[in-house]
Amino acid sequence: MADVKLKSYEFRREREESWRELEQLLQRAESRGLKALTPAELFRLPNLYRATVSSLSVARSISLDRNLLLYLESLAARGYFFVYGARGSFAVGIARFFTLQFPQAVRSAAWHILAAAFVMAAGAAVGYLLTIGNMDWFYSFIGDAMAGGRTPVSSTESLRAALYDDGGGFVESLYLFASFLFTHNSQIGMLAFALGFALGLPVVVLMFYNGLAIGSFSALYISRGLGVEFLGWLSIHGTTELLAVTLCGGAGFWLGGAFAFPGRQGRLDSLAQTGRRAGMIAIGAVAMLFVAAILEGFGRQLIQDTGLRYMIGAAALIMWFAYFGLAGRERNHERRR
Amino acid sequence: MSVAVEPSQTAAKGRAKDARDVVTPEGVPLHFELASRSDRATAFIIDVVIMAVTVIILAIAFIFLAFGGLDISGWAIGVGLLLFFALRNFYFTFFELRWHGMTPGKRALRIRVIDRNGGRLRPEAIFARNLMREVELFLPLSLVASAGSMGQSNWSVLFALVWAGIFALMPLFNKDHMRVGDIVGSTWVIKAPKTALQADMAEGKTRALSAGAPAPSYSFTREQLEIYGIYELQTLEAVLRQTGTGAHDTQLEVCNRICRKIGWQGEQPAYPVRFLEDFYAALRAHLENRMQFGERRESKHDAKGGQPPQP
Repeated sequence: MADVKLKSYEFRREREESWRELEQLLQRAESRGLKALTPAELFRLPNLYRATVSSLSVARSISLDRNLLLYLESLAARGYFFVYGARGSFAVGIARFFTLQFPQAVRSAAWHILAAAFVMAAGAAVGYLLTIGNMDWFYSFIGDAMAGGRTPVSSTESLRAALYDDGGGFVESLYLFASFLFTHNSQIGMLAFALGFALGLPVVVLMFYNGLAIGSFSALYISRGLGVEFLGWLSIHGTTELLAVTLCGGAGFWLGGAFAFPGRQGRLDSLAQTGRRAGMIAIGAVAMLFVAAILEGFGRQLIQDTGLRYMIGAAALIMWFAYFGLAGRERNHERRR
Repeated sequence: MSVAVEPSQTAAKGRAKDARDVVTPEGVPLHFELASRSDRATAFIIDVVIMAVTVIILAIAFIFLAFGGLDISGWAIGVGLLLFFALRNFYFTFFELRWHGMTPGKRALRIRVIDRNGGRLRPEAIFARNLMREVELFLPLSLVASAGSMGQSNWSVLFALVWAGIFALMPLFNKDHMRVGDIVGSTWVIKAPKTALQADMAEGKTRALSAGAPAPSYSFTREQLEIYGIYELQTLEAVLRQTGTGAHDTQLEVCNRICRKIGWQGEQPAYPVRFLEDFYAALRAHLENRMQFGERRESKHDAKGGQPPQP
């Protein structure tokens, strides 16, 4: 209307150009990524965003043009996602995760991890005692796939061969074996974390069951006089692998604890805060399991000396403890004091 | 009079129920609307279909390699296992990290993940929310599958179904439509529409089109403009923006109704669209003016003073 003075109409005419410019920059950045923008445009984007946010707040108080309000609302939101969205270099993120966040999260969950270790150890003890008393228990604790032909009816020779891998059966290829181990164990680890949401009770079962299998296997080998060799074989990768699985169990307990005992915070806040940090432990543990799978894949074929195997296993364990104990300490100072 | 629910009130309530505000660091609250459960389900199905198609393509590729005479027993199965593992566990994480909280499915439905407190969407939140898919989906699925193949007891099948039900239906049980992963990751999934800026209706579309044509302009008295409120104004805006078949009939109908309501003197307007545009401009000028004096009249049912503007 020429004769009716509409403030909102004037307002739009004055500002529209900068909105269009922001919209166009965002359009390009959203479809082709940040690299589609020139440095000058990158510099301009936050300013345009702030101008749009201020336009939005003005428009809310002076304009009743619904389309305009919705447009500004969605444009400001898109700008907001962009300006305050998750960004930063992937490499820096990874480095921060492994140098700070992961070890810090592990230290925060130390007691929960200890509890998970205890449950697994208890499982191992029970598995060992039952199996050493009666070999039939072996079949109840260990599935066919996991046993891989190593059962109480196997000859001592073939059991020994499995430790030193003269090649045979399923485990022909190094790559296949390593990737099978990694995916299998990681899946269990992540499951252990996620089950924490069910108050952590299924985690107890999972950890205990894992322990049973280890104890039962040990019993089988020890009964054939292969105990030292078995533990050597286990230690080369097992120190890393079992530690990682224990971490996942600890993360599950932590999450379950946050759910069951939210403390002074609300249950939602408590879950959210703990969940994210416990999730970091699970992701870090997946990385550890990757290391373990490589150690096992190679260690089984390339390192045949039992003494050397013990040394590698012990070295790995010491390294992990040093890492979790020391990494990312500085930033943690205030909380510790 | 029937007890019909006022449209403006349901609209306001609908907005209040699913609306969530996030205050930007500039101090301006942004209004978001939670993504509907059906949108989320659809996005999820799209993603699962993409994952399934990827797996099938990979499988076909491996079969071709095998028939091509390549020995695929060892390394290829290993690589396949790793790829499958990565796809199953990190498909969602990968895309949500790269695309600022969107996956291909979410992108198609125009929804996205944001932090519940309005902060940055942190990588650890994305990891945590997607790790939970393990118990929400894959575990019950594999329980059901193994129960089917290994002939386990009906009890374990039942347990799996109940479990799957509790986790899969979690978004139905809370007002924020959160699944377990959202709870643990402290996230929301919201609508992120892209609205295009259209011409201002107060400009008078037909006036520009029929420049020079002897179309009269209509003017209204203050009393006539005080009959309607903001809700009616914005409904009129929507009517005017309508295009396509039937739009003209609607506009004619609305024109007649407004004439009756405001007691339009004189003959029926010869240019109904023009009449509506003029009425829209006049009404908007009036209501915006009132708004600047601190009086926001939401709808025609509001008492004449209206309410003070929302902060």
